[in-house]
Amino acid sequence: MSPPVKVIGALGSTFSHRVEAALCLKGVPYELIQEDLNNKSELLLTHNPVKKKVPVLLHGDQAICESLVIIEYVDEAFEGPPLLPIDPYDRAVARFWADFMDNKLLKPFWLAHWTEGEVQKGFAKEAMENLALLEVQLRGKRFFGGDTVGYIDIVFCCLAPWLSVIEEVTGMTVVDESEYPALRQWEKEYNSYEALKPCLPGRDQLVAYFTENKEKYKMYANAWAQQ
Amino acid sequence: MAGEKKGLQLLDFWVSPFGQRCRIALSEKGLPYEYLEQDLGNKSELLLRSNPVHKKIPVLLHDGRPVCESLIIVQYIDEAFPGKDGKPALLPADPYARAQARFWADYVDKKLYDCGTRLWKLKGEAQQQARKEMLEILRTLDGALGDGKFFGGEAFGFADVAIAPFTAWFLTYERHGEFSVEEECPRLVAWAKRCGERESVAKNLTPPEKVYEFICGMKKRFGIE
Repeated sequence: MSPPVKVIGALGSTFSHRVEAALCLKGVPYELIQEDLNNKSELLLTHNPVKKKVPVLLHGDQAICESLVIIEYVDEAFEGPPLLPIDPYDRAVARFWADFMDNKLLKPFWLAHWTEGEVQKGFAKEAMENLALLEVQLRGKRFFGGDTVGYIDIVFCCLAPWLSVIEEVTGMTVVDESEYPALRQWEKEYNSYEALKPCLPGRDQLVAYFTENKEKYKMYANAWAQQ
Repeated sequence: MAGEKKGLQLLDFWVSPFGQRCRIALSEKGLPYEYLEQDLGNKSELLLRSNPVHKKIPVLLHDGRPVCESLIIVQYIDEAFPGKDGKPALLPADPYARAQARFWADYVDKKLYDCGTRLWKLKGEAQQQARKEMLEILRTLDGALGDGKFFGGEAFGFADVAIAPFTAWFLTYERHGEFSVEEECPRLVAWAKRCGERESVAKNLTPPEKVYEFICGMKKRFGIE
């Protein structure tokens, strides 16, 4: 019998959702342990001493950290439909877009919603240029990988359940439907994908969470904008 | 298609530790390739066509198809050329060991180069902060290595490929931070020596004094004393 699988995650964390989505799509049952990020647990600090962050996957007594590393681990350690493509070149392309999300798009996308004034305008411009590249990738496709949700789709999940939530909470719109019709359609498809239903965060829950923590997120955003 | 040529080409810059990761991987696998030095001040059509999103080196072209980002290139080399002529895989077979290798490669990617850049570029308080962070990073790597021969254990692998090129930068970090890597992280230095004994590493790393010379040149260009 396979050792038990647990995810140390946090509501509101897109990185945490990536891991749950990967396990969901692979058909791996798991226990979710919700972390209070204001008061990090011994469990988290013991299993991620280097970064002290969520998500962490616990597979028996082994801990795996960093969401992209975890997704590839899930793909390799468990039976089930493949998350990444099989062909080496296609895998390189998929990993490229994951890297693009985390190292090029995430910061301007997030900060374009959470900052204000000239700073916000700068991030919005950068985000929109990067989003345009994704719009092109999606044209004519239901998901980034084709007809089913795959690796790239779950990596881009902050553009799905989170997008309309942060738009509502911040009052900011960057991903205009008229300019990014394919992306907004993809958002709808992702949010209604049957196989992800067990792990999709509730919209009301997310809105409540970000509303409650709005000032904190604005503060984090301003600090991140300085770096 | 970015290029037309058959076979492997590497668009690279001589002192780049990211490019050297790819050179080491290609060498470990015994793969012949054409090395194309790039002028980063005047980027070539080929580079801009091959990496339009980032416009950066390294880029591996395989039968004209581009692969970008050094760790992605190393994984591609490992996956596209499995067990060629009995050459071992760079990533181990076990999924947990693979995850550990990827974690440390990612750690170095996110932390080491940027911190190093701040260490040589900045002065005063900011430089002291960079020094503090650099020591923390090096000590973390030293701890992760433990008493292992390589980051993956007995065999030289993915994490070692990812981190080895930065050993040529230790001298530069030491001189700017006024510390000794050997004193602070003896296991890391011993590991660096072991890596340096491998032909793939020895022939592809820039000698540390040349890295230091390069950084001094960069500082002059930026008007930093």
